[in-house]
Amino acid sequence: MIRLRRLANAASVMTTPFTPEDFLALFNPVFSSRQLRGVVTRVVQETAESATIFFKPGRGWHAHLAGQWARIGVELDGVRHWRSYSLSAAAGKNPAITVTNMGAVSGTLVRDTRPGDILFLAPPQGDFVLPEHPRPLLMLTAGSGITPVMSMIRTLIPRRPDADVVLIHSSRTPGESLFREELAELADQFPNFRLAQWFTRRQGRMDFSSMKEIEEICPDWSDRAAYACGPEGFLDDAEALWNQTALASPDASTEASGGCSLKIERFSTSLAGGDGRDGGLVTFESSDREVQADGATPLLDVGEDAGVLMPSGCRMGICHSCLTPLLSGNVRDLRTGEVSGEPGQLIQTCVSAAAGPVNLEI
Amino acid sequence: MSVTTTSRPAAAGTTKPRPGALADSGSPLVRPPAAAHLTDEQVAELGRELDAIRDDILSKRGASDAAYIRRMVKIQRGLELSGRAALLVSKNKGAWVAGTTLLSLSKIMASMELGHNILHGQWDWMRDPDIHSTTWEWDFVTPARSWQHTHNDLHHRWTNVVGKDRDVGYNLLRMDPDQEWKPFNLGNPIYNALLAPVFEWGIALYDLEIPEYKEGLKSKEAMLKDLKSLGRKVVTQFTKDYAATPALAMLTGSGKQALVGTLTANAVRNVWAHAVIFCGHFPEGTDTFTEEMVEGETRGDWYVRQMIGSANISGSKFMHLMTGNLSHQIEHHLFPDLPSNRYAEVAPRVREICQRYGLKYTTGPLLKQVGSSWAKVFKLALPGKPA
Repeated sequence: MIRLRRLANAASVMTTPFTPEDFLALFNPVFSSRQLRGVVTRVVQETAESATIFFKPGRGWHAHLAGQWARIGVELDGVRHWRSYSLSAAAGKNPAITVTNMGAVSGTLVRDTRPGDILFLAPPQGDFVLPEHPRPLLMLTAGSGITPVMSMIRTLIPRRPDADVVLIHSSRTPGESLFREELAELADQFPNFRLAQWFTRRQGRMDFSSMKEIEEICPDWSDRAAYACGPEGFLDDAEALWNQTALASPDASTEASGGCSLKIERFSTSLAGGDGRDGGLVTFESSDREVQADGATPLLDVGEDAGVLMPSGCRMGICHSCLTPLLSGNVRDLRTGEVSGEPGQLIQTCVSAAAGPVNLEI
Repeated sequence: MSVTTTSRPAAAGTTKPRPGALADSGSPLVRPPAAAHLTDEQVAELGRELDAIRDDILSKRGASDAAYIRRMVKIQRGLELSGRAALLVSKNKGAWVAGTTLLSLSKIMASMELGHNILHGQWDWMRDPDIHSTTWEWDFVTPARSWQHTHNDLHHRWTNVVGKDRDVGYNLLRMDPDQEWKPFNLGNPIYNALLAPVFEWGIALYDLEIPEYKEGLKSKEAMLKDLKSLGRKVVTQFTKDYAATPALAMLTGSGKQALVGTLTANAVRNVWAHAVIFCGHFPEGTDTFTEEMVEGETRGDWYVRQMIGSANISGSKFMHLMTGNLSHQIEHHLFPDLPSNRYAEVAPRVREICQRYGLKYTTGPLLKQVGSSWAKVFKLALPGKPA
C-alpha cells in the first residue's frame, strides 16, 4: 500500500495538476483521488419493492461491523444525491445494502441498479452494533428496519453456538416481509435463534401500551439486551414502553443486571421544512452564531449582518465565490424557488435563503 | 420582496447598500448609447425574457449534460496520455508531430472547455467533487482560485467598464480610447505579439493584481498567499513539461525533441487562447462603458451591457469546442454558469431578442474577428480617439 502511494506520488509529477488516479479512471472507474467508489457486482430482488445490492468498494473503504450503515451517493438525472443505508451482509463478508423503494433515490436504486454500475461511497459507520460480550438479545424490527439486524443475525447465528437471539419482526404482509425465507431457515436450523413474524394487515399493529404482547412471545424479555429498528412511530412507542417499564422496576433496569436496555437505530430524523417560504434559524457553526432569517434574504446577507466572515463575490449568483458547505437543513434558490438540502452540499449563499432551520459550516 | 420563479435577489432589506448588488428597478445614471432608445420598462421586459431562457435551460439540464462533460474529461485525458506517450519516443519524426499535436489539443481542451468552464461553476449542480469549481485545478500556470477571483467575479461582474474591469487591456495594452494615452502605448502591437505565445504567464502575473496591491486595495497577506500558490503551481507545471517529460524521454534518446514538443504545445495553446479571448470583447462592434453607466444598473441593464460588450465567433462545431464555447461569448456573458454545451442552443433565441430590441449582436468568422481586434491594438497605440 505504502509503495503504491509512493508510486502515485512519483507519477503525479507527470500528471499534475491532475492525479494518477484521474488517468487510471480511464481504464477502471473505481479510481478517484477524491471520492470513494464501488462497482456493483450483483443485484438480488428481495420483494416487489426492495433489492439487495452487492458491491466491491475501491481503496479507502474499511470492513463494516454488523449493524453499521454507509452513505451511498447515487446520480439522479445527473445530480448526485446521498442517502444512508444499513449494510445487510454479515460482518466479514463483501458489503451489500438492502434498499426498499420509499422515494426518488431509493426507487432509482431498487429499479435501475445493474451490475457494473458505480456507487459513490463513504466508509461504514454507526454504533448500532452487537454488544462486546455475548449476552441474550431481543430484536424488535419493523419494515426495512430489519436490514441492520439481518447483518447481526447473519454474523452471529451460524458462527456462534452460544448466541441467543429472539427476533420479533413486524411487516404488513408475508409478501412484503424482507428475508422471510432465510430467516425461517435459520430458525429451523439453529435452536438458539427464535423468530416471531408479525403481520400488521392480519394482526393489526403491535400493542406497545404494555409489555403483554412482547411477554407472550418472549417471556424473558427483561433479561435481554434489546435492539429496535424501524419507522419513527414504532421506535417512539418502543422507547416509551421501555422507559415506562424501567421506571416501574428500577432494579431491573441497570446495565449491571444485564437486562431491560434498549438500543435504537433511527433511519432519519425528518427535517423541519415548513413550506419553504418562512425562513428559519440559521446557525453558522464555526463562527458560533445564530440568527433568525426570513425566507427571502440571501444567506450571504444574513451572515454578513451577523458579522460572519462570509466568502462573497458577484452577489448575483454567477461567480460561485460564495460557496459554503451546508451541514443540515434546507435552502431555497431565490432564482428558481427550488428547495434543496443535501448535507455537505455547497450552496451559493448570495442566491439561497433559509427554508426552515439551516446549519452552515462557517 | 415577492419571490417568483424568475425574480432575482436584490439588496436585501435595503438597510445598507452592498457593493455589486443590482437595483430592483429604475435605470442607470446613463444608459449606454447603443441602448439609449430603450425605456426602463423595455429593459425590464428584456431581463424577464432572458431570465425565462435561463430557467428553461435549468429545467432541461440533467443526465445528458453530465454525460457530455464526462465525455470531454475522458477525451482530454486520452489526448494528454497519448500525446505525452508519443513525445517519449519523439526522436521519430512522426511521433514528434503526433505527440505535439495531441498534447496541444489536450492543453487547449484542459484550459478552455474543461478548465474555464468548470472553474465558472458550470457543472457544480452535479455535486460531483471530481468536476467542481472548488476542487478543480487546471493545466494553466495561474492557480485556479486566483483566476476565479479576477475572472468570475471582477471581469464578469464589471464587463467592459473602463476603470473597473481590468480585462480591458490587462494593465498592459491600451484597448479603449477612454484609457489615457502614454508614450508607452506606442508599443501596443509589440507587447501583444510578445504576449500571445506566453499568454498563460501574462495571466498569472495579471491575477496577482499588482496594481491593486500598490494602491493598497490588496493586503500584504493576500499577496503573499497568492505568490506562494503561484510559486507552487509554477514549479509543478514547469517540472512536468520541461523536466520530467524530457528526462523520461532521454531513455529513448528523445530528450531534446520532447522538450521542444512540450514547449511547442504550450506555445500553440497560448497563441490559440490569446486569439480566442481577444475575440471576446475587443473586435469592432463591442462597446465599453463608463462607471455612470453601471451606477443604479438593474438586472435588465446588466444583461444589455453583457450583450453589447461581447462578440461571438461563427464557425464549425469543432471550432466551438476548441474555443471552449467561448465563441458563444455573448451567451456565456449572459449566463456564465450555464453548461457550455447549452450555449449553441440558446444563441438563436438571444440573437432574436437583440434584433427585436434593436441591440447589436456582434459575430463573425475567426479570422475576421482576430483581425478586427488586432486592428484595435494598432489603432490605439496612437493617441486620441480613432473614428
